[in-house]
Amino acid sequence: MYTDKVMDHFEHPRNVGEIENASGMGTVGNAKCGDIMRMYLDIDENQIIQDVKFKTFGCGAAVATSSMATELVKGKTVKEAMEITNQAVCEALDGLPPVKIHCSLLAEEAIHAALWDYANKNGIMIDGLKKPKSDIGEEEVEEEY
Amino acid sequence: MKQLIYLDNAATTMTRPEVVEAMLPYFTEFYGNPSSVYEFSGISKKAITGARETIANALGAKSNEIYFTAGGSEADNWALIATAEAYESKGKHIITSKIEHHAVLHTCEYLEKRGFEVTYLDVDENGVIKLEELKKAIRPDTILISIMFANNEIGTIEPIKEIGQIAKEHGIFFHTDAVQAFGHVPINVDEYNIDMLSTSAHKVNGPKGIGCLYIRTGIKSRSFVHGGGQERKRRAGTENVPGIVGFGKAVELAVAEMDERIQKETELREYLMNRVMDEIPYTRINGHRKNRLSNNVNFAFQFIEGESLLIMLDMKGICGSSGSACTSGSLDPSHVLLAIGLPHEIAHGSLRLSLDHINTKEEMDFVVDSTKEIVAKLRSMSPLYEDYLKHQAK
Repeated sequence: MYTDKVMDHFEHPRNVGEIENASGMGTVGNAKCGDIMRMYLDIDENQIIQDVKFKTFGCGAAVATSSMATELVKGKTVKEAMEITNQAVCEALDGLPPVKIHCSLLAEEAIHAALWDYANKNGIMIDGLKKPKSDIGEEEVEEEY
Repeated sequence: MKQLIYLDNAATTMTRPEVVEAMLPYFTEFYGNPSSVYEFSGISKKAITGARETIANALGAKSNEIYFTAGGSEADNWALIATAEAYESKGKHIITSKIEHHAVLHTCEYLEKRGFEVTYLDVDENGVIKLEELKKAIRPDTILISIMFANNEIGTIEPIKEIGQIAKEHGIFFHTDAVQAFGHVPINVDEYNIDMLSTSAHKVNGPKGIGCLYIRTGIKSRSFVHGGGQERKRRAGTENVPGIVGFGKAVELAVAEMDERIQKETELREYLMNRVMDEIPYTRINGHRKNRLSNNVNFAFQFIEGESLLIMLDMKGICGSSGSACTSGSLDPSHVLLAIGLPHEIAHGSLRLSLDHINTKEEMDFVVDSTKEIVAKLRSMSPLYEDYLKHQAK
């Protein structure tokens, strides 16, 4: 059901862990839906993301999208990180099954949540950054009988 | 292929070679339509009669009370819909439970949309129906009680005899979905006052696509599939002769080996459960500790999610299943795990391992060692576990 890339990132997730005194830390998702992602960013004075770590409670796709998102933001500027979309995460993983697309949205949201924390701590504005939703759930699909 | 440790026998079982062997002649040699008049077709007809008798005997029923279907889901649909239609002039109320298989639950929802009222009984923390609540739910217009014999996820065996007694005392029909139980535990429809019972061959080492519905003599039940006169005009369609023969053979073997099988599986189950509970912290057993199917094990590992666990077990060649939302295609975890009172995040971390008597203690050891390693790995990357540890440190 998953691509080789997804399986690779699931089996060998990159950048798992925590950063003490991180420049920004964000947690998104909820336990009810079975997905929680936490991202830590270490950002230097030039607004370059020097280090990134994550922890995820969730399915294979949730782990893989978190892992891929950390790879995509590492070394980027804050502005560049803002441009990383869920599609970019999906494409980098050679695609996700349709029911797992929300995992990539969660990954995008996790980056934004960590950046939001960073912006708040430092009293700066980041273009295009809105207060992240803490909850990402798909709308219930009414079943037909 | 790497080694395979198949522990998903509640999903389906291996068709036993003896069963396949019994079926084969009915594909290429005796392929006649049982309804035809010539002698050649008589061989097919006789084979069906034999299988029907074997299955009836296994249930303590009469042969003409066994109706072959395409499986358990069809039998459940038939039992509920046909009974509802046949007795709606008497009443439009049905009682079932919150932990039924979707073949029952979704059929009940279908009936609700057509004017029937359904009471969904709660279960206790072990998944057992509360008999007092069942009695309280009975109304003058209750026509049917449908409670599963044993639960497919957590393995809990329901107090079927007591439920049958209550139904009988109130003159209400009692249907039980025995898909997981048939061939695994002794069942006698008279002793338990069961009026209708659903089964499926592929859960007892038979072929897929065949099952049956037992309907007690005297119960009005409309034709479920309209057409020819097969199955006493109640279920039309040329019989799945090889499937029926295979089902009969599988039941014959299951009944003959039941005691031995229960003993072997129970030993393996207890060994697996005890090792996991001793060695993996923050773990619980779902379902009744003792009164459960001999082959069912269901754990909930805190702080981790079931699909990740399943994929990692799969990498080691271990097949299991989970009540996690991610494995069901919806966002909610298993309705059964929620019904026994588990919070969502714990229900997401469930693992069902359903054994077969051919499994070995060595396999159980490998499964425990693998699970232990995987759970530790997933916890090390879980934000929930991180929060828990930080909270503990305070």
